Amino acid sequence: MSSGTDDVLQLVDLSGNLNEQRAAGLLDVTGQLVRGLYRDMVLGRRFDQEAYSLQRQGELGLWLMSLGQEAAQVGSIRALRADDRVFPSYREHVAALCRGVSPTELLSQWRGTSHGAWDPERYHFHIYSLVLATQTLHAVGYAMGVRYDRSDSVVFACFGDGASSQGDANEALNWAAVTSAPIVFFCQNNGWAISTPASKQYARPLRARAQGFGLDAVSVDGNDVLAVYAATRSMAERIRAGGAPGFIEAHTYRMSGHSTSDDPKRYRDNDELARWQANDPVERVRLLLKARDWADEDYFATVAADAEELAERTRQECRALPEPSLSDTFRTTLHEETVALRREREGYETFKESFL
Amino acid sequence: MTVTAGAAPARNAGRGKATRTTLGRALNEGLRQAMRDDDRVVLLGEDIASLGGVFRVTDGLAAEFGDRVVDTPLAESGIIGTAIGLALRGYRPVCEIQFDGFVYPAFDQIVSQLAKMRARSRGLLSLPVTIRIPVGGGIGAVEHHSESNEAYFCHTAGLRVVACSHPQDAHDMLRAAIACDDPVIFYEPKRRYWDKAEVDLGRPVDSDTLERAHVLREGTDVTVVAYGPTVALALNAAEVAASEGRSLEVLDLRSLSPLDTTELCRSAAKTGRVVVVHEAPVNVGLGAEIAATVMRHCFYDLRAPVERVGGYNIPYPPARAEDDYLPDLDRVLDAVDRVSAP
Ligand SMILES: Cc1ncc(C[n+]2csc(CCOP(=O)(O)OP(=O)(O)O)c2C)c(N)n1
Repeated sequence: MSSGTDDVLQLVDLSGNLNEQRAAGLLDVTGQLVRGLYRDMVLGRRFDQEAYSLQRQGELGLWLMSLGQEAAQVGSIRALRADDRVFPSYREHVAALCRGVSPTELLSQWRGTSHGAWDPERYHFHIYSLVLATQTLHAVGYAMGVRYDRSDSVVFACFGDGASSQGDANEALNWAAVTSAPIVFFCQNNGWAISTPASKQYARPLRARAQGFGLDAVSVDGNDVLAVYAATRSMAERIRAGGAPGFIEAHTYRMSGHSTSDDPKRYRDNDELARWQANDPVERVRLLLKARDWADEDYFATVAADAEELAERTRQECRALPEPSLSDTFRTTLHEETVALRREREGYETFKESFL
Repeated sequence: MTVTAGAAPARNAGRGKATRTTLGRALNEGLRQAMRDDDRVVLLGEDIASLGGVFRVTDGLAAEFGDRVVDTPLAESGIIGTAIGLALRGYRPVCEIQFDGFVYPAFDQIVSQLAKMRARSRGLLSLPVTIRIPVGGGIGAVEHHSESNEAYFCHTAGLRVVACSHPQDAHDMLRAAIACDDPVIFYEPKRRYWDKAEVDLGRPVDSDTLERAHVLREGTDVTVVAYGPTVALALNAAEVAASEGRSLEVLDLRSLSPLDTTELCRSAAKTGRVVVVHEAPVNVGLGAEIAATVMRHCFYDLRAPVERVGGYNIPYPPARAEDDYLPDLDRVLDAVDRVSAP
């Protein structure tokens, strides 16, 4: 891996050239690997775009876009083992799709039909956390449990550059370091926390902070899917073998607004956006596939068609999401419904039925 | 039935071998048994391993259970946040918050994460986390060491909030809390840690023990509702009132959320007069909920407005003024007089 405080690991440059020398020893770059990563990124982007449209058409209450962060999410998730537990924040849609979470399970929260629709056990992917950085502590606790169980799986905690300022994130880094928890912290530094630039979140690089806590920390080019993949895989393997917890800072950029309620023109200039558009993570992989002759036109056409099919499915299933029932919330508030809760639920149901 | 302060309700006594022990020791035994019965029970807290906690409630447990007793970093949000993660992994964490006034750094993890994750996940995730909090004043402590913050947690759906008042309940309720698949805020009245009573340590835990109020003393004239540290005070008031020819019924709430409204209303309807005694400020305190509940269900049985005795609406005062702040015998009997006026 790269070394030196200012080093940012990059394996593929903006023109799609693979740095063979750097890649050697880190990973075996095959056409099959890169095609898989490319497909995940294209599908993830198309899904995000469809969700954005659905919000604009009033089908979703809100959407937090992931445009531009596909490499960071696909590269990291694909490098993990299926039983490695992921604790996402709330923008990890592409990561969630990679884990098998269905489009409607992902949209449900934003349509307002649930607060978390998927089974974390099934996908080893926890439900989203909307209070920033809270999930980093849940991840550390989960990792303590992994240690008690003598399992060699690794916990993966996602958070953003803004969330890094929260007390919980810092408690989590410190706690993980002193307990040697089997965890990788994955910070997607996308430059902005709503309208606040990363420069207002920290005065020293996040990697240096993590190192100060005692973590093994690296920075990667978050728009380079192979660099993220390599860094995550080697860190996870090192931890599996008993190494100290790790921290990966992925430098990336959200090319859209923070959410559908946001106007990014108020706080960032067009030049910045243009610079990052020229650094598109998906385009870089497309160039690599072409340069190496790892994919023909048929392949690209198939991926594009699959993406359209995903979008169509997303649109249809979103509209078919069942309306939630308040009775269910009563029933799931506590494990055993108490007398008090049951009475309140029955009162609500009787009142509601009186209108039928 | 007459029961002195710190004793268990008579109907629960005499089922196994009873030993005379303090409330703190009864909690310690409760933790030990829970950890022996289930190796997924783990303890998290500041200074709980070699020291045994500042009140020694976890004394000796690290020696027996090793790394299942975790001296955590000094980070309350971390204690609750990691307990959530452990619970997600299938463990049953029991957290110790060192003093009532230090639970606030963990407030977000408790009310937004711990309390809500089950409903958020549509019932898929359960968080069997117990949070032990030494609560209340009366021990001459410095600031932030004497608070009563139950109303914050009772106001949050998804949490159970309980308070023990005597050694037998301390033991039984703690075991029930740990066995419960829901998060439980478990209040320990710190000025009662050293109260002694006969305790049956081998008693099986009733599944409804976290939902039931107990009448600790039957009476006919006035119901005194109390919980945690004020139960002994209420029993004392009943004793003194009896010498003046007045019969007070003492109800130990035990469960603060949910409230046992059945038992509360049964007693209120019987006596027609209710005094609620707690240490927390009366303003928007649990007493307000109790008064509203009684008013709503027992309106035609009430012979006087419900009275509340509690802390004033000021920050907990310096220790040398706490005797004036805390409910005492005079204030309870004064309230009994008010509700007794014809
Ligand atoms: C504790 C908390 N405070 C404020 C918010 C409101 N909020 C939502 S997202 C956000 C910015 C987060 O930025 P960052 O962590 O960098 O992640 P990004 O959204 O850029 O992926 C803010 C302030 C919140 N969700 N939680």
